[in-house]
Amino acid sequence: MSTMTYAARDSYTMLRRSLKHMRRYPSLTLMLIGQPVIFLLLFVYVFGGTMGAGLPGGGGRADYLAYVAPAILVMTIASVALSTAIYVAKDATEGIVDRFRTMPIARPALLTGHVLGALAQTVLAVTVVLAIAVLLGYRPDAGVAGWAGAIGILALLSLALTWLCVALGLAAQSVETASNTPLFLMILPFVSSAFVPTDSMPTGLAWVAENQPFTPVIDTLRACLAGRDPGSDAWWAIGWCVLVTVLCFWWAGRLFGRVRAV
Amino acid sequence: MNTQTTAIEVLGITKSYGDHVVLRGLDLTVPAGTVYALLGPNGAGKTTMIRILSTLIGADGGAARVAGFDVRTQPDGVRRSIGVTGQFSAIDELLTGRENLRLMADLAHLPAREAAARVDELLARFDLVDAADRRAATYSGGMKRRLDLAMTLVSRPRLIFLDEPTAGLDPRSRRDLWQIVRELLDEGVTIFLTTQYLEEADQLAHTVGLLDGGRLVAEGTPAELKAQAGGETLDDVFLALTGHGVTPESDDELEEIR
Repeated sequence: MSTMTYAARDSYTMLRRSLKHMRRYPSLTLMLIGQPVIFLLLFVYVFGGTMGAGLPGGGGRADYLAYVAPAILVMTIASVALSTAIYVAKDATEGIVDRFRTMPIARPALLTGHVLGALAQTVLAVTVVLAIAVLLGYRPDAGVAGWAGAIGILALLSLALTWLCVALGLAAQSVETASNTPLFLMILPFVSSAFVPTDSMPTGLAWVAENQPFTPVIDTLRACLAGRDPGSDAWWAIGWCVLVTVLCFWWAGRLFGRVRAV
Repeated sequence: MNTQTTAIEVLGITKSYGDHVVLRGLDLTVPAGTVYALLGPNGAGKTTMIRILSTLIGADGGAARVAGFDVRTQPDGVRRSIGVTGQFSAIDELLTGRENLRLMADLAHLPAREAAARVDELLARFDLVDAADRRAATYSGGMKRRLDLAMTLVSRPRLIFLDEPTAGLDPRSRRDLWQIVRELLDEGVTIFLTTQYLEEADQLAHTVGLLDGGRLVAEGTPAELKAQAGGETLDDVFLALTGHGVTPESDDELEEIR
């Protein structure tokens, strides 16, 4: 077999390991799904009436549900990515990773296994959250192209945030640090177009919100699910996701191969 | 270099962490099919030596060849030839014993049928059949160490590093492990181990290297070392050469074995 087939085979072996871990830890997966569901309920039923009225052109709770549902899907992806940082850090603190490093395993296989496992978890979590949003009355208006675009952007975002969290998990010296450093991923969407239109913010903050990566991603997803053309937002969203993925893939690889102190 | 006769060759290895010098120019040679014991107190640099030879960390200076491969320039060759059991258990506690072994077999690219057979064989050999389908987290210390070593052996390495393999084990588990080391030796496997236990080195090793403060203060067969220092035990030798013992408390534990 060639180097590439070994790399693929080792990645598959590591993916199966990750999936087994997830099955043995169902509480973590439940928490990952539960958290965005609570956000969804909170934003629709507690804030939704008031927030809906503040949307451009006014509206009600149902309009706000349509506005916020894509944002909650993005939060779901961030939430799964966060757990990956913890998982990677926990793995690295246990001896098994050192064992892998003394074996002739394709180098990126372990990390790829983590990332593919997180993608599988993301598919599950996003499906459940979307189904609950639909139960609450959310009706996406997307055609085939819209759904393809929505799935594509969710996949790209998941890849970017997961590689970022893999790197943060490896960079952290402890599991506690790894559970804290990626928390900004849960805060950043609040300073974006996720929950309120950016032009309702003070000028300075609005500028930040309009120019940070989550805004084009959320706007693209929102447009795709509403059956609208996302326009240039899509290119910004794709660009940000690819940039973060490439940088973090490289960074994670360096951290993994790094000579570590005893 | 002939890999048939020399398993490990180390020339002038140095390693520091900041101002702290861990290894100060180490030379040693391990003939294939023998047991080499690196004996020394905590902090002598034993684990650092194993981490360098097993490609986990790089040395600052000097050179080392393991199974004929340069650890710096041919790490994958080294990794294909060795097995490592560290001081802390390198098992996946969320997986069962069988799954841990299967993971190693899959990573060694064994065909499925061969992998299953190898896993069963090792479970039986290491007395883990009854616990095979329980999560490793539920295993006792001795069982974890046995699983750890079994995982190291899945790919049939010809050269095995054991970093303090019996630290923290009860006397019976320690004797079991010694027995396994002897069996591996009979199969022609080369073993490089570190230990703080003088009796362990005395019992198992063909060659003992006394490591103190990052230097090899003496090297030879247990008998040679004892003759050289005029002592009856390796402890006398260590004391004569370094002015201090290895770990006094470790010998109290060994009293229990006797």
